[in-house]
Amino acid sequence: MVAGMGGREENTPPPLLEVRGISKHFGEIAANDDVSLSVRAGEIHALLGENGAGKSTLVKIIYGALQPDSGEILLDGRPVTISTPARARELGIGMVFQHFSLFEPFTVAENIALAVPGRHDMRDLASRIREVSEQYGLPLDPDVLVADLSVGERQRVEIVRCLLADPRIIILDEPTSVLTPQEAARLFVTLRRLAEEGRAIVYISHRLEEVRELCHAATILRHGRVVETLDPRQETAGSLARLMVGSDIHDVHAAPPPEMLGQPLLHVRDLTLPASGPFGVALYGINLDVRAGEVVAIAGVAGNGQRELFRALSGERRAQSRGVIFIGGRDVSLEGINARRRAGAAFAPEERLGHACVPLMSLTENVVLARHATGEGLVRRGFIDHAKARETAVRIIERNDVRGGRPEKPAQALSGGNLQKFIMGRELDRNPALFIVNQPTWGVDAGAAAMIRQELIDLARAGSAVLVISQDLDEIFEVADRIAVISRGELSEALPAAQLDRERIGLLMAGAHETAGGAA
Amino acid sequence: MIWLEKRPAPSRLWAVLSPFAAIGMALVAGAVMFAVLGHDPLEALYVYFLEPLTSAWSIEELIVKATPLAIIGVGLAMAYRANVWNIGAEGQLVMGAVAGSVIPVLLPGWNDPTALLAMLLLGALGGALWGWIPALLKNRFNANEILTSLMLVYVAQLFLDWLVRGPFRDPQGFNFPKSVTFEGWHVMPAISGRVHLGTIIALLAVVALWVVLNRMRYGFEVRVMGSAPRAGAFAGFSAARVTSASFLLSGALAGLAGIGEVSGSIGQLQPSISPGYGFTAIIAAFLGRLSPFGVLFASLLLALTYLGGESAQLALNISGKTAQAFQGMLLFFILAADTLVNYRIHFRRSGAGEGGTP
Repeated sequence: MVAGMGGREENTPPPLLEVRGISKHFGEIAANDDVSLSVRAGEIHALLGENGAGKSTLVKIIYGALQPDSGEILLDGRPVTISTPARARELGIGMVFQHFSLFEPFTVAENIALAVPGRHDMRDLASRIREVSEQYGLPLDPDVLVADLSVGERQRVEIVRCLLADPRIIILDEPTSVLTPQEAARLFVTLRRLAEEGRAIVYISHRLEEVRELCHAATILRHGRVVETLDPRQETAGSLARLMVGSDIHDVHAAPPPEMLGQPLLHVRDLTLPASGPFGVALYGINLDVRAGEVVAIAGVAGNGQRELFRALSGERRAQSRGVIFIGGRDVSLEGINARRRAGAAFAPEERLGHACVPLMSLTENVVLARHATGEGLVRRGFIDHAKARETAVRIIERNDVRGGRPEKPAQALSGGNLQKFIMGRELDRNPALFIVNQPTWGVDAGAAAMIRQELIDLARAGSAVLVISQDLDEIFEVADRIAVISRGELSEALPAAQLDRERIGLLMAGAHETAGGAA
Repeated sequence: MIWLEKRPAPSRLWAVLSPFAAIGMALVAGAVMFAVLGHDPLEALYVYFLEPLTSAWSIEELIVKATPLAIIGVGLAMAYRANVWNIGAEGQLVMGAVAGSVIPVLLPGWNDPTALLAMLLLGALGGALWGWIPALLKNRFNANEILTSLMLVYVAQLFLDWLVRGPFRDPQGFNFPKSVTFEGWHVMPAISGRVHLGTIIALLAVVALWVVLNRMRYGFEVRVMGSAPRAGAFAGFSAARVTSASFLLSGALAGLAGIGEVSGSIGQLQPSISPGYGFTAIIAAFLGRLSPFGVLFASLLLALTYLGGESAQLALNISGKTAQAFQGMLLFFILAADTLVNYRIHFRRSGAGEGGTP
């Protein structure tokens, strides 16, 4: 083992970056709980963990964007206070963010000049950009407009911008999440060269294979705590996944699936859709059946196409041809969301305010939002039956224990959990034959989450088909009869939950089925 | 240091107060403007805003001028509620006037109530089709509707100019660039003095759009698309459809106002048929908080600035352009005061500047 956790010998130099006992709380949630980490010069150190494990919080603290509640940071063995990102840059810490903050109408050089404080001689800056980009194999023309660059090239701009300050410690947040495999390979060459120069690199990722390929050490975080620090080259992707996802939590599977499954109420055949924007995800050849009586869950790391899949299934974005999406046996591929609702489907999107609800509108009006064209008489001859909508809102509030809910209250005045109960109630009140829900308990307190999960299971057992898209594996194992995994817009086959364990799902989440081409 | 802090919820108090605050600030700024011009500010404000209200004749004139503002303003309010920015009502007004005038100019023999009805319908149609162009450009090419609708104003104005100098010119008009004078049923029936049928149309439009906005699904669609477009997609509403409908509706109303002006107030086509009603109606829409009845009152106030400008010109020898200055200040202050609906002002000794995270 290379990276021992014990005390260091006297003669070895202190680590370039050391983090000791960092804790950070947001409300009652401990985003970081007594986290320690040390990175030597020349080392590429991975921070591994699921979404919400605390990786981003930790690097934001190191970069000075957040202040820890307790703990200390040492550079070259000396404690430092990093009050702002500007201070972090002065101390030689640079960061490359996951989402780029570039201004499209400006050139590469102008963008870099904007980010680096002080005045610049633009010609001098351009030549320095050229120099650095050539030196590290990051070809970049300083005079080109950012609008004309590919995603990979935009990332190079961010990296070059960071390198111009000659940092000793470089933090990269999920740098390959937006790159093609070829671009990623090129990035690794650059990162290895930077490490060889004696810089320390902190590399955030959840892609296990690339961490095994690239990194000398890895610190695995789960629920804000360090699970283990190890050498990823000595591990298998499976063992890393197990550590990341946590095998200590036992699999819950309360409700047995019914013996006889009914008709497929959702049938998706070879759904392919191009990405709709620079940060959108394309969907490739998705096949899926959800039958009456079962709950199927789709697991996956955020940003792998969940949103796009939801929009395609709901009809907010239509398919490109017939014969792709069937609801209750009807081909709805080219139909909009309301036609799909009338075919028996109901939908609950991930984002409560602004997507599932209009924040400033009353709960009554938010009932109209989802149910004005479902053929239940909320709108007659173009006029809204306000009294009926209000009655429906009252019924939903009572049946679903929406605390603090009054029909006149604007949606944004409700707490997250209560609003989610209202949204679930709004859809379940229609008794849908098919219910598709994205992140049903995201940001919801434990009590409300348990209630919502129970409702999903009950709906399925009453003969409906339920599709749950979730990032929460606990939730998935609690409710799902079958589980599929989405990764980079591809969906794995949905397998019975009893045949799957966390390790297998972790592997699929990290993209194991993509290249395996059906062998997985 | 002055700091703006976002309110957790929009302030109801300021939603009501902001138009009044804007009017108050415009009056103060106006007083300063008059003082700088060398007049007694109080006297000037009296001549400007109160004198026109002291005679029956000028109150009629107030209603005549408020009529097109209200008709156009309610249509614009609906469009702006949907986040659709029709800035070209002036052009739609002109095209409505042109389309409606086809009957008196080209078919002078058809002169009965059905001709008047046809003129009104053609007026609405002309405005609607002219307004539809920016909507089509937006939906097809994602062209910014603010620019396209504004540029089409000048196209429409030049088109009218060409018509009255060419094909629509009155052959017996001594070569003046004017059409024939409208007569009989080609003129909107008067109600009282110069007040004509257009005022009834304005009141009907206000009530009808209030009903649409607050009671009907289309109004709901408009409000949803304007405040949360993604929730609109979840409701199955189409942004392209709302864009088209908003332009067609606001264009039709502007066209109706245009034919109303030509037929009711001017009585013939001429190179200039509007003192910028289509632009002033934008201010009426905002000053009226984008609500139909609010627009009605805002139209009366803005009509007063037109009258005040005229009487100040006569009584005090101040340029008539002060009317535009007042209208501009009103818009400026209403937009500024609206900030207070969503933000709170804080006074701090110094701002702790955070280092710039990208």
